[in-house]
Amino acid sequence: MFSETKKLNRRSFLKVSALAGGGMILSFNMLTGCKPEEVGNLGLPKEWFKLNGFIKIGENGLITIMSPNPEGGQNVKTSMPLLVAEELDADWENVVVEQAPLDTDNFTRQYIGGSQAIRTSWVPLRTAGATARQLLIQAAAQTWNVPSQEIKTEAGFLIHEGSGKKIHYGEVASLAATLPIPEEVPLKKISDFKLIGKSHRNVDIKNIITGKPLFGIDYKKEGMKYAMIIHAPAFGQKLKSFDAEEAKAMPGILDVFQIKSLQDDYPRTFFDTVQFTDLIAIVGESTWQVLNAKKVVKAEWELIEAYTEERDMFGRPGKREVPAGLESESTQEEKMIKASQTPNQLRRDGNPEKAFAEASRIIEKTYTAPFLVHNCMEPMNFFADVQGDQMNCAGPLQKPELTEYALSVRLGIPIENINIEMTRLGGGYGRRSYAHWLIEAAVISQKVNSPIKLIYTREDDMTDGIYRSRYQLTYRAALDENNNLTGFHVVGGGLPENPLHQNRFPAGAIDNYLAEGWDVPSNVTTGSFRAPRSNFNASAEQSFLDELAEEIGKDPIEFRLELLKKAKENPVGESNDYDPERYAGVLELVKAKSNWGIEQAGISRGVSAYFCHNSYAAQVLDLKIENGKPAILKVTNAIDCGIVINPDAAKNLCEGAVVDGIGTALFGEQIFENGVPQKKNFDTYRMIRMPEAPKVIETYFAENNIDPTGLGEPAYPPVFAALANALYKSTGERFYKQPYIHQLENQSNS
Amino acid sequence: MATYNLTINGKSLQVDADPNTPMLWVLRDHLDLVGTKFGCGIAQCGACTIHLDGNAVRSCQLPVSAVENSEITTIEGLSGEGDHPVQKAWIEHDVPQCGYCQAGQIMSAAALLKNNPTPSDEDIDNAMNGNICRCGTYTRIKAAVKTASQNL
Repeated sequence: MFSETKKLNRRSFLKVSALAGGGMILSFNMLTGCKPEEVGNLGLPKEWFKLNGFIKIGENGLITIMSPNPEGGQNVKTSMPLLVAEELDADWENVVVEQAPLDTDNFTRQYIGGSQAIRTSWVPLRTAGATARQLLIQAAAQTWNVPSQEIKTEAGFLIHEGSGKKIHYGEVASLAATLPIPEEVPLKKISDFKLIGKSHRNVDIKNIITGKPLFGIDYKKEGMKYAMIIHAPAFGQKLKSFDAEEAKAMPGILDVFQIKSLQDDYPRTFFDTVQFTDLIAIVGESTWQVLNAKKVVKAEWELIEAYTEERDMFGRPGKREVPAGLESESTQEEKMIKASQTPNQLRRDGNPEKAFAEASRIIEKTYTAPFLVHNCMEPMNFFADVQGDQMNCAGPLQKPELTEYALSVRLGIPIENINIEMTRLGGGYGRRSYAHWLIEAAVISQKVNSPIKLIYTREDDMTDGIYRSRYQLTYRAALDENNNLTGFHVVGGGLPENPLHQNRFPAGAIDNYLAEGWDVPSNVTTGSFRAPRSNFNASAEQSFLDELAEEIGKDPIEFRLELLKKAKENPVGESNDYDPERYAGVLELVKAKSNWGIEQAGISRGVSAYFCHNSYAAQVLDLKIENGKPAILKVTNAIDCGIVINPDAAKNLCEGAVVDGIGTALFGEQIFENGVPQKKNFDTYRMIRMPEAPKVIETYFAENNIDPTGLGEPAYPPVFAALANALYKSTGERFYKQPYIHQLENQSNS
Repeated sequence: MATYNLTINGKSLQVDADPNTPMLWVLRDHLDLVGTKFGCGIAQCGACTIHLDGNAVRSCQLPVSAVENSEITTIEGLSGEGDHPVQKAWIEHDVPQCGYCQAGQIMSAAALLKNNPTPSDEDIDNAMNGNICRCGTYTRIKAAVKTASQNL
């Protein structure tokens, strides 16, 4: 069931070896095998020849391309192999995609995170394809005894026009696999792309719509047992004792015991975030039996003392201060107010104090947002099989290679004896970067000496931590008597993280600029959440700029464009991390595509734009109020992410980001009382549903030949403010506090 | 534990299970039909949607003891080759992102169209309101339901 790639070829990124077929079928579709009719038009080959870490070619011409990264809905399992296929000149119809396992020798950066998969693999993946193509050309040149320069390739065929010879790749794959790797291989000109820039369906679509096992939670192995955990109900508590006699006597229950996921003295790396390390584990024969036993375990909890967690942040030592106490909405707010009095300076341009002292008007607004839960639809889960000094495991992970180390240390098993198979993720959004549940699964398997699958209930997931931080931003603008913007002051803070990106727009566009930050330690664990920090910065900043434009008496798009013109022609400071021209480009594009400036009766419009993850996104949102509720009629997206690999899938991703952002802005919220997360399932944690989603979403991409940048995140942050700004137009009220639903409900009740 | 005779996807099957076991877990753990997904366990997300005598129901709230005389259809049995009009429309619109909720979405959509072959936008909203898509593919789901409606 586990791929042989790692053992056969740990050190051969581009080393060539002829690889006999066989073990491949299982890993191609690891749980079900595959039906020949689903493997391209050619059926399965008798033998595979491996040209490099990404490409295997069968004697019949079928091509397997490895997809190196985990797939969680970003479409990388389609778009990354497309990059390889483009330079290989493959016929996409005769390509099958195989999910790679974690294999740090053959692949790099097998992550979901930071919207970087395509950006960082743009050259390496194309090079892998181009190198293999060159080997095939050389093999054909030897076979035909003609110069390799005279051989062309097209859609999986090698062609020699002079002699009229034409064969498919499979016919020389065995020879190609024995040839030395060429040193340098040219890549195609953009104008020669045949696959990139054209839409290709999700390679897993058929498996998804027919309910095939694809996800970690679907994983099953002979003899596998089912496991669940119980964690402390409140942040600030730990396990004191428990009584599991009744649970142990229940049908199908094999054992109930205490585990420790991470040892207290283990210096945690960046993604080893977890608050509840002392857990009760329940193991049984079926999920339902374990669920029932979980309900009758009697546990006592006690308060934690404050402590300092040693951290290893990508090689830099770090610390996390973990205070004692059971936090509540009100106590958190008191701490935030106190901390915000003494912020640290993050950036200062010109003389902001003078600008504010001399201002004829100062506009000041404060924005807040609560903790958020990722709520991946597939609850956290993992399969683990620890046997002696060997571990095989499988499941949904965003950063498997960063988890491997923690696993190895915790289990006392060498990293090379740990095999991690990456299943499809039923959503990630940052949550599955923190893989404490994999370590828990491994510790449980080690204890019971059996393969197990650990499953979290929805309640476990929603109350377990790794939330988006609770945030606040205060903006101040100084205006002179002619309504010129003379000074800008932003103070960002959060519990426990300050969200502010001090070098982002409008930094660079204003002569007198001050950015400050503060933070409050908390025992509530937080971490990456789709477009970390940006998801709140954009909502606050773009709401404030909208209000500021109105105060100054300017069109909100024109106001932003004027600032961007200044940032381009006469930038302030040297570390501005955005390109004002591309930023203005998406505003111009959304202005044109949304017919900005043409009013429609009863329809309110809001605009917003943001830069993050190396890409630019602008949005115009149209809504009207129906029966006291906002009906979102249309969102127009303008995106500059450079070259678009798979346009229809890219649009899908942007549409999803818009829906996700609107849902989070309207409803997203986790709150605490005495350390206890108050929202435990979807009956209280409201998620956006079909009737609340926009009726129409249009997405337009800036057309350029810039190397591709991120797309999984950039369309998410700006839509919060596009919504807030449109809501202001229709209700006459500004929205400063997320989620917006509370203010909307107050409006309709009054 | 008791033995139940079930009709699932046109086949007669026997299952030994506690009477209260929800069909969700009977399908997933006992019968290896894992296309039906666990999302919330309280009938709030729709990931576990199956058909009970042709109607969309949440299998996480449906005990095995209640279904012996009913016909159950899961995503695996909706069509022979993934060629139900709803599935074909899902392919045409390339609907899924992560894909986890999509079996439940498809089962809700198929039940809607069986009872109402030409639903209005409001009908679609109402029928699909119980199915959460965390990736936010709602506009494509709605478009695919309309395409399926035309191709019934």
